[in-house]
Amino acid sequence: MPKRGAIALSLTALALVLLFSFKTPDVAVTTGRTTAIVASGAGAAPAATSGPAAAPLSAAGQGRNTAPRATAAPAASTAPAAGAGGAALANGTVTGQLVQTRFGPVQVQVTIAGGKISDVTALQLPNDRQRSAEISQIVEPMLRSEALTAQSAQIDLVSGATYTSDAYAQSLQSALDQAAHG
Amino acid sequence: MGTVISIDVRDPGIPESVVDAMLARLEEIEDRFSTYRPGSEISRIARGELAEAHASAEVRFVLGMCDDLHRTTDGWFDARGHRADGRLDPSGIVKGWAVEEAALLLDEAGARNYSCNCGGDVIARGEPEPGRPWRVGIRHPDRADAVARVLAVRDLAVATSGTYERGEHIRDPRTGAAPTGLLSVTVVGPSLTWADVYATTAFAMGVAGPAWVATHPGYGALAITADERLVWTPTVEPLLA
Repeated sequence: MPKRGAIALSLTALALVLLFSFKTPDVAVTTGRTTAIVASGAGAAPAATSGPAAAPLSAAGQGRNTAPRATAAPAASTAPAAGAGGAALANGTVTGQLVQTRFGPVQVQVTIAGGKISDVTALQLPNDRQRSAEISQIVEPMLRSEALTAQSAQIDLVSGATYTSDAYAQSLQSALDQAAHG
Repeated sequence: MGTVISIDVRDPGIPESVVDAMLARLEEIEDRFSTYRPGSEISRIARGELAEAHASAEVRFVLGMCDDLHRTTDGWFDARGHRADGRLDPSGIVKGWAVEEAALLLDEAGARNYSCNCGGDVIARGEPEPGRPWRVGIRHPDRADAVARVLAVRDLAVATSGTYERGEHIRDPRTGAAPTGLLSVTVVGPSLTWADVYATTAFAMGVAGPAWVATHPGYGALAITADERLVWTPTVEPLLA
């Protein structure tokens, strides 16, 4: 799998790395890693806005792109966050790439408003088998709340994960990449 | 499909090259320990092509930790016999340890306020902003629109093991049976390596698991039982948000 994006560190930037095969014994193939920045706009953003300038990384490996990034605005602010060297996410709705998992395809759509994520919708989640259906029932709203709570100032992190959530994050990431480049 | 790692650094001025170094370190560890890479040391040991005594110092160190755990957990943690095929699999300890190793590079670069979340195993260092602890939501196993609880932590690791995630891969090494009684166990403590291992072990133990976790100084457990109750140990009490 080619790498996409790159990492930027800023006050609320998240770097996502699809990397490990550890503890995923059902999965036969490790897909390599994908690195990208995720969104900011976290409601938990600290008041300070002087994050380090985020420059594209040049890590080992091929095919990293310029880091899409967005600097978070404090939750109370309605201003698009373009400070601290960050580029605001373009407003609009962006569909992430379709990501295959062993349970089926995952695809999400992100709506950006005011430079922040305002909604995340799962367009496709696995549901073609009973096992997958159970997972979808459990995971879809959970994934939704997981993605949105990053903006809610309620929760910084979630302990607990699923394979499907990885694909969700990957599809979400590609949507955010598009929004950042848009 | 791998696992997502989120790195969230709140300190200004941390060079981004640190993240490259972290990724390189994680890649190095996976190269050595992955049970899915035929050329990894663990795979070669499992096939009998590499004697453990001739493995790298790092691999010998980790396998030594596995053997210590096998003793101190009275056989509950077993890197050598828990798989259905009986092959060597130290993954139960490697993930948390690997993330902790990578996070050390952030500390060495001067970061004091950051979080790393690898597939739900969390290192929460310092504070996300002055005066506020990291708020770590514990996934609810079946109530889809809510987290089960929020822990407010500073300088702690949080690891969760649960049926919804990988339960079928964790079995009681003494009976071969899947564990019962708990839907998830979350362990909080100073080291992610041990929080991760204790969560895995406590989940395999079932309802006796949380109390077992509490026997380790500095570590606490919050479990969700099969009859959907929350159970936690005293160490967790002041962390409940």
